[in-house]
Amino acid sequence: MNIVVCVKQVPDTATERKLRSDDKTLDRDAVDGVVNELDEYAVEEALRLKEAHGGEVTVLTMGPGKATETIRKALAMGADKAVHLSDDALHGSDALSTSYAMAQVLKKIGFDLVILGSESTDARTGVLAAMLAERLGTPQLTLANKVDVEGSSIAIQRITDYGFDKVEATLPAVVSVVEKINEPRYPSFKGIMAAKKKPVETLAIGDASIDAAQVGLAAAWSSVVDFAAAPPRVAGTIVKDEGDGGAKAADYLASKKFI
Amino acid sequence: MSEILVLVEQVEGEVKKVTLELLTLARSLGTPSAVWAGPGLTAEAKARLAEYGADKIYVAASSDIVDYVVAPKAELLAQLVAATSPAAVLVAATSEGKEVAGRLAVKTDSGVITDAVGLGEGFVADQSIFGGGINVQSKVSKGTPIVAVRPNSTAPEAAPAAGAEEEVSVTLSDAAKAARIVERVKQEKGARPELTEAAIVVSGGRGVGSADNFSIIEGLADSLGAAVGASRAATDAGWYPHQFQVGQTGKTVSPQLYIAAGISGAIQHRAGMQTAKTIVAINKDPEAPIFELADYGVVGDLHQVVPQLTEEINKRK
Repeated sequence: MNIVVCVKQVPDTATERKLRSDDKTLDRDAVDGVVNELDEYAVEEALRLKEAHGGEVTVLTMGPGKATETIRKALAMGADKAVHLSDDALHGSDALSTSYAMAQVLKKIGFDLVILGSESTDARTGVLAAMLAERLGTPQLTLANKVDVEGSSIAIQRITDYGFDKVEATLPAVVSVVEKINEPRYPSFKGIMAAKKKPVETLAIGDASIDAAQVGLAAAWSSVVDFAAAPPRVAGTIVKDEGDGGAKAADYLASKKFI
Repeated sequence: MSEILVLVEQVEGEVKKVTLELLTLARSLGTPSAVWAGPGLTAEAKARLAEYGADKIYVAASSDIVDYVVAPKAELLAQLVAATSPAAVLVAATSEGKEVAGRLAVKTDSGVITDAVGLGEGFVADQSIFGGGINVQSKVSKGTPIVAVRPNSTAPEAAPAAGAEEEVSVTLSDAAKAARIVERVKQEKGARPELTEAAIVVSGGRGVGSADNFSIIEGLADSLGAAVGASRAATDAGWYPHQFQVGQTGKTVSPQLYIAAGISGAIQHRAGMQTAKTIVAINKDPEAPIFELADYGVVGDLHQVVPQLTEEINKRK
């Protein structure tokens, strides 16, 4: 089975994240990049499926040169090879352009299964998997907390507000995963050393038949008009429980008409 | 006034509150038309949509619409967009609502904005990003604005309208029928409101200490008619089911009132609740970062404070 895992490099959420004042895009230079956490679960699931069914795991990332760090992590976990879509023309791409560019690469490299995290910790749009399925014309098996493949059949549990849906489809398919699905492995020393020898193919937009007019900031279907730091929350009232903390909290809730 | 399509969210024929919020919001910018996707439109649901301002109710009653994952709803909306040229399409910013919005954006070559917390003139949307750290205004620049709006962003207000029912027949493509839902499994939901929709959320964290002790959190939630949430520490420990996790890798909530008990307020958690209107924190560590966000904080042991609070609330009701 030919599995492609899409991973994204995102700013470390433990650091202060900013938008650039010039073009109102994410300031990637100001922060450390890490692998989007939910994508690590996607890598783990891909590796488990490969271990159970054979095949190959390819890591696909779109992002500036720095994003190779993300690729290395996934390769160190055990992925076989990587494709890095990197081109200055992609800077400022929104979800529509990103899904278009990634779909073009996926069509070029081929796949039985595409797996990604259900959202990124930076933009948090949660739309990429659905957009990829739409663009590729493949089944959308999103928000999975369980994935089973048998031959060309695939079944998932899709988490819902009321529990989960059991969903079935035929490969090829696009799967997005939630955190509950597994426990991502740590790269071993051997894995880290081996990752250095694994092939990484870097593609520019022309290499994947990506139309420059459909990507980047100028082509974006939506744009940031304005932004400002959120006003800091005004420090509230803090009381120490002297045996009446619950009653005092009730007074507060009553004053705000919650009771 | 121009037409605005609002995708109805419903559970077993009951219209969810977020839909009434979307109708209210749509009314300030145009004439709302509700879109009922699937079978089961009841007279009550119809009356409710009309009561909150739906001028028309498009009904696509085919069960095909709900038998497959997301794609049929996007296909239905795309068909309505082509037929009615609406000024905008509004959906709820739930996991599924956002996925519908994403596919609709591709289908109609339109821009999409997710997790809007406000929407103004020219469909300029307010968003709160990076865990509530930055407020952003964004705008769709191509096609029909498609906006996914977070629950609890607008107070629903009744304003009766015609609610004229219009049947829509939709022929789904094979691609839309690729991921079939073969079974729906309902889990221990009980009588509590749905987490992302609830006006009040009470969450427990590491300080709760055990699965059994979550009954303290549930007791407080029930006294307020609230939903129960949990921090990642609590769900990782197996004390509460994962689907109730609030945070960066869990659900995002934006309630009127958020009560965090025994939660330190790590960035992972803050990212999921920071846009709550009022935040109350109970934690025995006075240095816990959650107190930086709290409108009201009690430094104390939740095992004493929460039951007392619950009792006081029940007494005053």
